[in-house]
Amino acid sequence: MIYLDHNATTPLHPRAFEAMLPFLKELWANPSSPYRFGSQAKAAVEFGRGQIANCIGCKPSEVVFCSGGTESDNLALRGVVRALKSKGNHIVTTAIEHPAVLNTCKALENEGYRVTYLPVTEEGVVEMAALRASLCDGTILVTVMHANNETGVIQPVEEIATTTRARGVVFHTDAVQSAGKLDRKLAELGADLVTFSGHKLYGPRGVGVLYVREGTPLAPWMTGGTHEHGLRAGTENVAAIAGCAEAVTLAFEEAETEGHRLRSLRDRFELQVGAAIQAVRFNGSEAQRVPNTSNISFQDVDGESVVLGLDVRGICVSTGSACSTDDPEPSHVLRAMGLSPRAAQGSVRFSLGRDTCAADLDATVSALKDTVAHLRRVSSIRGDLE
Amino acid sequence: MNPSPDDSGANDRNRGLEAPAAPVISYNEVVLDHFLHPHNVGELAKADTDGFVVVGDSSCGDQMKLWISVRNQRIAKIAFQSFGCPGAIATSSMLTVLAEGRTIEEARLITDDDVVEALGGIPAKKRHCSLLGVQALQAVIDDWEKRGRAPPEQP
Repeated sequence: MIYLDHNATTPLHPRAFEAMLPFLKELWANPSSPYRFGSQAKAAVEFGRGQIANCIGCKPSEVVFCSGGTESDNLALRGVVRALKSKGNHIVTTAIEHPAVLNTCKALENEGYRVTYLPVTEEGVVEMAALRASLCDGTILVTVMHANNETGVIQPVEEIATTTRARGVVFHTDAVQSAGKLDRKLAELGADLVTFSGHKLYGPRGVGVLYVREGTPLAPWMTGGTHEHGLRAGTENVAAIAGCAEAVTLAFEEAETEGHRLRSLRDRFELQVGAAIQAVRFNGSEAQRVPNTSNISFQDVDGESVVLGLDVRGICVSTGSACSTDDPEPSHVLRAMGLSPRAAQGSVRFSLGRDTCAADLDATVSALKDTVAHLRRVSSIRGDLE
Repeated sequence: MNPSPDDSGANDRNRGLEAPAAPVISYNEVVLDHFLHPHNVGELAKADTDGFVVVGDSSCGDQMKLWISVRNQRIAKIAFQSFGCPGAIATSSMLTVLAEGRTIEEARLITDDDVVEALGGIPAKKRHCSLLGVQALQAVIDDWEKRGRAPPEQP
C-alpha cells in the first residue's frame, strides 16, 4: 500500500507509541487524584505540557489540552466570543477554513454573531486588503488558518497578527496542517490562539492543543471540573497527551530536514505528473505551501473516480478533505479560488509523509497516468478545465 | 498495512500494486468491474445514430451522453460516455447492458431499481447516480421518436 493522505491522518510514530504505553498499562491513575499515584499521572501531563511549550515557544501555562483540532477550534472561537460578548459581535474568517472553523462560525451566526468570510486569491491566499477593510469597531475575533488542508497554501498569519494586534482584536489560527511541517515556532506566529492536533503529526488521535497567549480573553464553553486552567473540563487523556508531546517534539526536531525532503519529493512528483498527463492544474502551487501537499485538478474527470482508480492499485489519496467524502458539493476551497465546479470536482489531494519515498511517487505517477487516461476515454466532457 | 519504510513495508507495497484488493471502499465487485471495464463506452458513428442525448445531474455535476441505433423497433447498438463518480460510470455501463437488444417498449420500462439490482446493489448515497442513466435512456428514445422513426406498433 502507498499512503498519500497524511493530511487526513498519520500513523502513530513508534516513539509516540512508546511514550503512551506506561499510562495505558501501569500509570493509569486520574491526574486529579490526591495520592502519589495520581501525582505521577499529573506529572506526566505537566511534562508533556512542558515539552510542547518548549517546541512552540511559549510558557507551559499557555498550553491547553483538549480532544482534538475540532475541539480546540471550538474552544477558541466560542471561548473568545463568549468572553467578549459585551465588546461586539463581529467575527472575521475566510471562505477556505476547515469545517471545524467554518461550521462553528455558521453556528455562531445563528446565535446572532455577524461573520465576514474573506475571499482568497486564485492561488488560495487570503487578501490582506480585504481583511483590513473588514475590521470594524465591533470586531472581536479574527480566525484564519495557517495552512489550508486541501491545498497546503500558507496564509499570511504574521501579517494578520500585526494588523490585529494594532487594532486590539483577538486572532486565532488553525495550524493543524502546518504544525510540525514547518520549521517555525507556532507561538511566534503572533496569533493569540493557535490550534493543532496530535494525529496529524504522528501522534495519537483524541488529543489536540490550544495555545492561549497569556491574557487572551477566553471563557470555557463546556461546564465541568477545573481541569486545564479551568478552560477545558474533563479528566485528562494522559496517554494521548504523552504521545502527542513526544510526537510534537519529534516533528519539530525534524521539521527542517523532513521539510526539505518532502518538498523536493513533492516538487519532483508535480513535475512528473505535469510531464506524464496533459491538462492538469496544480492548485495553489504558485503560493507558499506546506512541503507535503499537492492538489491537482485533472481535466474532464471526476476526483472520486481518480481516488477509486488509485485505490484499486493500492494507493490511498483523497478528494479535498477527509471530512467531506459524504458531501457531493465540490470543494469550497477550490471554488473560493475561482475554479469552476467541474474543475473543482476533478481535483485530488496528494499529501506526503514520513514514510513516502521516491519509488512510491513514481508508482503513483504511473497509476495516475493509466487511471486518468481510462477516465478520459469514458468521459463525456472534453476540455472543461479552464 | 505497514507504513514504515522498512523491508516488510516495501514488500507490502509491491503486493498491493500487483493484486488489487477487492472489494474496494463500499462498492461491490460488479460495480467495480463496470467502473474499471465499462461496457459500450464510446460514441456511435453518425450514420448509425438514430438517437442521441446529453443529460446532466445538476445536484452533483455528473454528465452522460447516450447514443442508440434502432433496428426493427429494437436497440441494436448503444454507446455512452460519462463524466462523474464511480457510481455514475458503473450505473451508465450497466444501463447500456440492460438496454442493448431490447425493444423500445422494453427499454422504456427499465428503472433505476433494475440498474441497481443488476449491479448487486450500490451505496445508498450513490443511488441517485442510477437515475441519470435511466433519464438518459428515456430521453434518447424520445429523441429517436422525434427524428420521425415510427413509434412502436400498437398490438
